[in-house]
Amino acid sequence: MATVNIDLHHSVEEHVHHHDEHEHHHESFIRKYIFSEDHKVIAKQFLFTGIFWAIIGGLLSIIFRLQLGFPEANLEFLRPILGDWITAQGKLDQNFYLALVTMHGTIMVFFVLTAGLSGTFSNFLIPLQIGARDMASGFLNMLSYWFFFLSSVVMFISLFIETGPASGGWVVYPPLSALPQAMPGSGLGMTLWLISMSLFIVSSLLGGINYITTVINLRTEGMSFSKLPLTIWAFFLTAVLGLLSFPVLFAAALLLIFDRSFGTSFYLSEIYINGEALHNVGGSPVLYQHLFWFLGHPEVYIVMLPGLGITSEIIATNSRKPIFGYRAMIGSLLGITFLAFIVWAHHMFVSGMNPFLGTIFMFLTLIIAVPSAVKVFNYLATLWRGNIVFTPAMLFSIGLVSLFITGGVTGIALGNSAVDIQLHDTYYVVAHFHLVMGAASFFGMVAGIYHWFPKMFGRMMNEKLGYVHFWITFIGVYMVFFPMHYLGIAGFPRRYYSWTNFNAFDSFADLNAFISTAAIITMAAQLIFLFNFFYSIFRGRLAPANPWRSNTLEWTTPRFPGHGNWPGKIPTVYRWPYDYSKPGAKEDYIPQHIPYSETPESNLPHENELIALEKEFAK
Amino acid sequence: MTGLLVLTGSILLVAAFALIYRILTLIEIAKGRQDYQPGGNSHAINGVLFILFFIVGFGLFFWYSGKAAENFLPEAASEHGKLTDRLFWITTGITFVVFFLTHALLFLSPYFFRYRKDRKALWWPDNTKLEVAWTVVPAIVLTILILGGWWIWRDVTAPAPDNSLEVEIVGKQFNWMVRYGGKDGKIGKHNFRKIDATNQLGMDFAADKSNFDDFVPREIHLPKGRSVLLKIRARDVLHSVFLPHFRVKMDAVPGMPTSFWFTPTKTTEEMRRELNDPNFNYELACTEICGQGHFAMRMVVVVSEPEEFEKWYASQEPWAKQNADYIASLNLENSKELAALFNQK
Repeated sequence: MATVNIDLHHSVEEHVHHHDEHEHHHESFIRKYIFSEDHKVIAKQFLFTGIFWAIIGGLLSIIFRLQLGFPEANLEFLRPILGDWITAQGKLDQNFYLALVTMHGTIMVFFVLTAGLSGTFSNFLIPLQIGARDMASGFLNMLSYWFFFLSSVVMFISLFIETGPASGGWVVYPPLSALPQAMPGSGLGMTLWLISMSLFIVSSLLGGINYITTVINLRTEGMSFSKLPLTIWAFFLTAVLGLLSFPVLFAAALLLIFDRSFGTSFYLSEIYINGEALHNVGGSPVLYQHLFWFLGHPEVYIVMLPGLGITSEIIATNSRKPIFGYRAMIGSLLGITFLAFIVWAHHMFVSGMNPFLGTIFMFLTLIIAVPSAVKVFNYLATLWRGNIVFTPAMLFSIGLVSLFITGGVTGIALGNSAVDIQLHDTYYVVAHFHLVMGAASFFGMVAGIYHWFPKMFGRMMNEKLGYVHFWITFIGVYMVFFPMHYLGIAGFPRRYYSWTNFNAFDSFADLNAFISTAAIITMAAQLIFLFNFFYSIFRGRLAPANPWRSNTLEWTTPRFPGHGNWPGKIPTVYRWPYDYSKPGAKEDYIPQHIPYSETPESNLPHENELIALEKEFAK
Repeated sequence: MTGLLVLTGSILLVAAFALIYRILTLIEIAKGRQDYQPGGNSHAINGVLFILFFIVGFGLFFWYSGKAAENFLPEAASEHGKLTDRLFWITTGITFVVFFLTHALLFLSPYFFRYRKDRKALWWPDNTKLEVAWTVVPAIVLTILILGGWWIWRDVTAPAPDNSLEVEIVGKQFNWMVRYGGKDGKIGKHNFRKIDATNQLGMDFAADKSNFDDFVPREIHLPKGRSVLLKIRARDVLHSVFLPHFRVKMDAVPGMPTSFWFTPTKTTEEMRRELNDPNFNYELACTEICGQGHFAMRMVVVVSEPEEFEKWYASQEPWAKQNADYIASLNLENSKELAALFNQK
C-alpha cells in the first residue's frame, strides 16, 4: 500500500512543479484571486461568502425575534428596509414572517454551516494537513465555489422579489411549497429557492468528490489514515455524508419542480384549494418528507462533524495533551456517519407514517446517542489534567462541547417517539437543534477561524477582543436558546407569528421579550468579531511560524504559503498528530514531521522499533 | 437624516474599535511580549469566568425552573398523557444528571488545569476500561429509555377500541372543521371533488347515505372516560392536529387519512376547578406550517360527563337538514325521503 501512495505522490509533485512554473509567469489578478484554483484562496472565498450569509441570516432572525418578543411594538422604523412587508399598522406582514423564518433556516443550514464551514475548512485544511500541494482537482474546486456563488446570487435575488422568498419553512414541505395559490412565497420565490438549491447541491457534490479523492490519494509520505488529524477524518466523513445524501435532496427537489411546473402528482393528491379541486391524485406528501429527511438528517451531521473535528484538534493542542482515545474518536465519527443515514424518520413520528416505522427509527436514533456521548467524554478526558491555554479558539471549543451536551441531552427526549408526540414542532425542538447543531457548529466555525487565522492571513487576531467576543456570545447563546426549552415544555408551537390567540400559549410573554433582547445583544457582539477579523487581516501582528505550538503539518509552511504550499519538498510524516507533553520530550509538543530517530528521549518502546523503518523511508 | 446618523455612528464605532485594538496591541508590546505567548496572562481570569458561569448558570436554571414550573407540560388530561409525561420526566431527570456532571467537569477543569509555565500536562492517550465503561453505560441507560418509550408508543398507536367515538377533523387554510357520525355513529364517505362553498367537507351524499345524519358543530365535544378516535384529513396543505392537554399530535395530510385515538380523563369543568381558572378551555392548534394563518387555527374542545355529552350529541341537527336546499340541488334518487328519514327525531 505504502508504495502505491509514494508513487502517486511523486506524480503529483511533478504535476505541481509544472504548476509552479506557471506561477512564475505571474498569474493574472483574475486567475489568482477570482477564478483561482488554489485551495487556500477558494477556502477564503467560501469564508467571506459564508460570513456575508451569516450576517444576512442573523439579521433576518433579529427581525422575526422583534415580532415574537415585542408583538405590540411599532415596526414602522423598518419600512426603509422592508417596504410594504411592514403593514399599514406598523406590523410585520404575516406571510413575510414565514419568509423570514424560512430564509433564516435555509441560509444558516446550507449557506453558512455547510458551505461556509465545510467549504472553508475542508478546502483550507485538507491539503495543508495531509501534506498535499493542492486539491486533487483545482478546477473542480474552483467550479464548486462558483456554483455556490451562483446559488447565492439566486437566493439573494429571491429576497427582493415582490411575492417574497420561499416561505414554507426550510423543509419546504409540499403541498404548501408546491401550490403558488397556497401562499405568495410559493410562487416565484419557491422557484428561485429550488434553482438555488440545485446549484448548491452541484457545488457541494463537486467539493465533496474533491475532498474524498484528495484525502484518499494525496496524503504525503507516511501519512497513513491512522496518523490523520481528527479534523481530516471529520472533513472526510462529512464529504462522504454529503456525497451520498445530497443527490437524494436533488431528486426530491426535481420531483417538486415537476409537480409545480409540469402537472405531475408525486407529492399531491386530493387537494381542494382556492375554490377548485385540483386534478392531482395518487401522490404523497409523506414521500417528500422521506426524501427530504434522507438528506436532512445527514445534513445536521454534515454541519456538526467539521465542528467536532476542529474542536478535537484545538482542544488537544491547547490542553497540551494528546486527544483522549484517538481511535475511539475515529470510531465514533464512523459510527455517527453510518447511523446518520438510518435515523431520518425520527423527524416524522407524527407525520402519519406507519407507527411501526416509528418504533424502528426510535431504536436507531437512540443508538446514535452513544457515539456522540463517547465524543463528549473523550473531550472531557482530554481537558483533565491538561495544561490548558486559553486562546479564543480554545474558549470557543470548550463552548462547543458545552452546547453539544446541552443540545444533545434533549435529543434523547425527542428521539423517543412516545415523548416526541407532545414535543414535536414545539420550541423544545427549536431549542434542541439550535444548541446542538446551530450554535455548536457556529462555535466550531468561529473557533476554526481564530485558530487558523494566522495560517490564512499570516497575521494574528487580537486575543483580548476574542475573549470579550467569546464571553458575550457564549452567555448570549445560552440566554437565547435555553429559555426556549421552557416554551417548548409548555407546548408553544414553532413558526407561530403570535401566540396570543390561544389560552394555552398566552404565558411567557416576558420570557419571549427576554429571548429577543438577548438575541439582539448577542448579534451586536458579533460586530466585535467582524471588526477583529477584517482589521487583523491588514493590521494584525505578524504571525509566528507556529503560534499555537501545534503538531500538524500546516504549521511547517511559510507564513504566506504560495500556491503549492511548501516551497521545497513536502515534509514526510512519522508520527500521529497528538504527541503533546510526551514524557521525556524537551518541548511539550513534537510535530508530525519529526522522525522518531530524533527523539530517542521520549520514544515509547514500540516507537523505537519504527526507527529502522524510517531509515528505509529516507532512502 | 437618519441615514447620516447611522453612517456617522458606524464610522465612530469602527474608529473606537480600531483605537481599542491599537491600545491592546501596544500594551502587549510595552509589556515586553514581543514573542507571542498564546493566552498571554489571561489564564486565571478565563478559568474563573468558567466557574462563575457554571455557578450562576445553574443558579439561574434552578431559580427559573422553579418559577416556571406551573407552565410546564400543561396538566395532562388523557390516559396516555400521564404515561408519556412520566417518561418525559424520567428522561429529563436522567439527562439532567449527565448534563450537570459533564458540565461540572467541563467548567471546573479549565480553572484547575489552566496553563502554568512550570507544569506539564498528563500524558494520557487512552484507557480502554474507562472507554468501554462510558460506552456501555449510556448504551444500557438508553436501552431502558427506549424500551419505556416503545411500551407506551405501542399502546398509543395500537388500533382504537371498537366502541370508540369517531370524530372527523379536517384542516384547511385556515381553520379546522369537525364532523360527527350522527345517529348511526358512522361518518359518511367524502370525495374531494364534491367540495364547494356549501359542502365544505366534501360529503358524498350520492355514494354514502350515512352522510345524511352527520352533523358539523363549531366546537369539538368529547365525553370523559370514553376512547375517542380522531379521523384526520386535510383539504389543501399539511396541517397538524395538536391537542396540548391531551398529548395528541398527528399531521393532517391531503390524500392520506391519518388517525389518533385517546381517552380524555378530565372534563372542562374539572380542569377549570383544578387550575382555578374559570376561563379555561381545551384547545386544538395547528403545528405544521400551513401559511399565513397558521398561528390562528384555533378550535375549542369541550369535554363533559358522558350523560351531558349524550344530551349534546342528541340535540345536534344534521348538516343535511340545515342545508336542505343543497341536498335538493343534488337531485339524488329518493333524496327527500332519505333526508326525512334521517332527520326525524
